[in-house]
Amino acid sequence: MKTATNLDVYYEAVSASDKLAPIQEMIRACMQCGTCTGSCPNAFAMDYTPRQLWRLVLLGQKDEIFRSKTFSLCSDCYLCTLRCPRGLHLTEAMDALKQIAAGENRAEYKYSILFNKNFMQSVRRHGRVKEMEFMTNYFTAVKNPLVPFRFASLGIKLIAKGKVSVSWLPKARFPLEKIFQKVNELETPP
Amino acid sequence: MRYLYYPGCSLEGTAIEYNLSTRCIMHMAGVELVEIDDWTCCGASAAEATSDLLSLALPARNLAIAEKMEDVDEILVPCSACYLNLKKVEEKTRGDQRMMNTLNTILAEENLRLQGRAVVRHLLDVIANDLGAQKILSLVKHSLRGLIIAPYYGCQCLRPYTVFDDPEVPQSMEPIIEATGAKAHHWDMGATCCGASHMNTRMDVGIELVAHILEGAKGADAIVTVCPMCQMNLEAHQRKISHWRHAELDITILYLPQLLGLAFGISEEELGLNLNLSASDAFLEKIQKAA
Ligand code: SF4
Ligand code: SF4
Repeated sequence: MKTATNLDVYYEAVSASDKLAPIQEMIRACMQCGTCTGSCPNAFAMDYTPRQLWRLVLLGQKDEIFRSKTFSLCSDCYLCTLRCPRGLHLTEAMDALKQIAAGENRAEYKYSILFNKNFMQSVRRHGRVKEMEFMTNYFTAVKNPLVPFRFASLGIKLIAKGKVSVSWLPKARFPLEKIFQKVNELETPP
Repeated sequence: MRYLYYPGCSLEGTAIEYNLSTRCIMHMAGVELVEIDDWTCCGASAAEATSDLLSLALPARNLAIAEKMEDVDEILVPCSACYLNLKKVEEKTRGDQRMMNTLNTILAEENLRLQGRAVVRHLLDVIANDLGAQKILSLVKHSLRGLIIAPYYGCQCLRPYTVFDDPEVPQSMEPIIEATGAKAHHWDMGATCCGASHMNTRMDVGIELVAHILEGAKGADAIVTVCPMCQMNLEAHQRKISHWRHAELDITILYLPQLLGLAFGISEEELGLNLNLSASDAFLEKIQKAA
């Protein structure tokens, strides 16, 4: 039994470092200057700063990285990417971490995962995102009665302005199905 | 002048007024917009957080259709998020045959092929550089003298690809605003982040970012934006933010082409001003009285 457990741990470590490997490659040249942290508009709300996060990535500390909220607080403003003296593609590295979290369905990242998933489902069904359908599905999936509540007044305003329609939704015709499937095929390791 | 036109999903929903006003002012300026046939979503920020390849394949489909359409290569895009997604494909396939081949393998499923001819242009770039302040000035019928307008650029039309303006200290909107007779509000919040989708997933953080921007606009009559996400974030939660900051932070938020349209003498209905969530009566009165 003991051996199996050790092996499990070992395999998990290997696959963890596998997933981080491309990101480590992207930021290998980080010299820990802190320009990214100083530039990030969301640093005030993060537990680890971006600079610290890059260090954790290089150290392969996967558990710590995904326990942290840092990458999920990146709002894709590209300031760190613009300013990093090493010219590292930091916003893309943040996105790569988001992709891993989404792929693993990480609980800490739940709202963002549900948001993105419901958005992409609407795109897949209609080719264009139907904002009302997507927000309704998002709120339903979130299952936190407080989340839609925060949006109630905005929702009512938008409906009153006729910007989102509650009654009418086109039938799904999945116009992008072939593209979604091909991407899936190319991304699934043989 | 002719451009292919990619409106994007928001411009059919929550940002209809951006679509209406863009079409209006372009028409007035003698610019023809040819909408891309059967365009589909660019993936927004959701595809990028899901799959790298999907985030390139979705915009690539639109570029490939555009390349098939006309002998025009330039695609005008008003939404900054769509602009960046489409631009990313243009930039990442340039000189990268492997990337181009991968995308074409996917597009072949729909009998499409990307050649790399399409040039993606942001609406602000086209207004500032192809039309220019002189052209704007020549179209002004109703000067906005006496108004102070804060130019808000946001992030994704400026960064990471530096195409038409300084990515940290942008200035391209100022001559345009001044051509209408209004004064540009001088502030340093024009290129800061509105929080993007934080308003949906982490409202506490989103509100903090927007509060700084609204505070920075004190003294201006309105803020103009060039992105549906920025517009929504700045206009939709003002009461909550004011309450929370114990300050009066309400301010009119307009899309840049709406402001230009007002100066061109286009009616408020045609510009969709009744659809804005934050166009105050006081502001609209001031516009009437301007000049
Ligand atoms: S700015 Fe670049 S080099 Fe400096 S700490 Fe951040 S990632 Fe590292
Ligand atoms: S791109 Fe993300 S991590 Fe970088 S500065 Fe902007 S919000 Fe922070």
